[in-house]
Amino acid sequence: MLFSRFLFHFGRFWIMMGTAFSKPEKWIMYYRETTRQMIDIGVGSLIIVGLISIFIGAVTAVQFLYQLDGTLVPRYYIGYIVRDSTIIELAPTITCLVLAGKVGSNLAAEIGGMRQKEHIDAMEIMGVNTAAYLITPKVVAAIIVIPMLVAIAAFISVIGGYLSSVPTGMLSEAEYVQGIRSFFVKHNINLMFIKATVFAFILTSVSCYQGYYVKSGSIELGKASTNAVVFSDILILLADYLIAVLFT
Amino acid sequence: MISAENLFKSFEENEVIKGISLEFKKGQTNLIIGRSGSGKTVLLKLLVGLFQPNSGKVLYDNVDIYTLSKKEMRTIRMKVGMLFQASALFDSMTVEQNIRFPLDMFTNMTAKEKSNRVDYCLERVNMPQTNRKYPSEISGGMQKRVGIARAIVLEPEYLFCDEPNSGLDPKTALVIDELIQDITYENNITTIINTHDMNSVMEIGDNIVLLHEGKVAWRGGKTDVLQSDNQILIDFMFSSPFLKRLRAAALENPHE
Repeated sequence: MLFSRFLFHFGRFWIMMGTAFSKPEKWIMYYRETTRQMIDIGVGSLIIVGLISIFIGAVTAVQFLYQLDGTLVPRYYIGYIVRDSTIIELAPTITCLVLAGKVGSNLAAEIGGMRQKEHIDAMEIMGVNTAAYLITPKVVAAIIVIPMLVAIAAFISVIGGYLSSVPTGMLSEAEYVQGIRSFFVKHNINLMFIKATVFAFILTSVSCYQGYYVKSGSIELGKASTNAVVFSDILILLADYLIAVLFT
Repeated sequence: MISAENLFKSFEENEVIKGISLEFKKGQTNLIIGRSGSGKTVLLKLLVGLFQPNSGKVLYDNVDIYTLSKKEMRTIRMKVGMLFQASALFDSMTVEQNIRFPLDMFTNMTAKEKSNRVDYCLERVNMPQTNRKYPSEISGGMQKRVGIARAIVLEPEYLFCDEPNSGLDPKTALVIDELIQDITYENNITTIINTHDMNSVMEIGDNIVLLHEGKVAWRGGKTDVLQSDNQILIDFMFSSPFLKRLRAAALENPHE
């Protein structure tokens, strides 16, 4: 039963995505919608991403200072740990988990509301490929701006680590900067962008799917919004594991 | 002309449309009436191509729309306009943007041409100077009129209206009815209206189809309604004691 439901949703999801990535009726309309979504997703999420990032960096630094206190590990390693844990894992994963809550639920509610208010039917009758017009610009916009947000998140996290350890006297500025500049591996940056791109696709496409096939009623809309966040989060974490296994 | 041939539609075990064959002529206001749950919305959605029938055909000028490719269907869709029960105007767009949306999507008109066409459609539905308002800033009746303007902006050959009068006061409902009828006659288009509004039936019903439990129970024009002895029609149309007395009085004095 559970397996057949999984197969049903899996098949319907990929059919929807196949329809979504077909040739647009008019490029300019899709371009406009994509730029609008880039502003909504990107600029609209800057403050929350900035806030969580600063705390991610700050907490990582403080926690590792506590963990490594009294050990033989050099103290400058704190900068190195903050940088790498942020770039490899925390910036892409935590940012996208938060964005699944903010952007994902918003997308599911927006598209679900359009379905319930017959806006999607209205577009279908006009001849618009609704899966393409409503989903593709959102997915493309997310794939462009979310890696940028993740890069900003990583940068702010490193600053957060600095702010929590250097001005408080737990670590000297020289130690922190030395750590930041030690053992840098370029591949980790690629890994961060791969993760951000995959997570962006997951969180937007899964949320759009939940909204696109919503049934009537406000309870169903709420369910779709919740499912968008829950399934996006689970799939992001699963993808995180798979990417870690494949690329490290 | 739109025709349905032996249409069947069921949802899981529930058979909603049970072998309907109909013909809706050009230049007429064709009404589908019936009680709630009689299948009229499902029939309208089958006719407009939003639902796939289990069996049967829907022909637009002798072309079966369910055998068409997506591309061919899109060409047909551009000839279709539809007014939805709740208007289905896009909330984030102004009145002008709503009406212009099909033009932006499917035509290569210049901005000036689009603007002129939008102004013409708004004037046609008696809503000039409302271009910059949002749907939330106008009344339900005005939203219906904007919905009609959007439905006619691409000069459709087929116009569908789902419960155009629901939620409107009788006077506004009459205005909407007259508007739909005028547009149908002016442009010689095939109009199909799904309604349970008795005033609409008596005012604009050139061709009326009564659905009952997924089947056609009665067909006729507005002039045939009073004279008909079809019990399902009488029960539906003249359900209250007041309407029954009114019918009796009308039958006694047919010239008044």
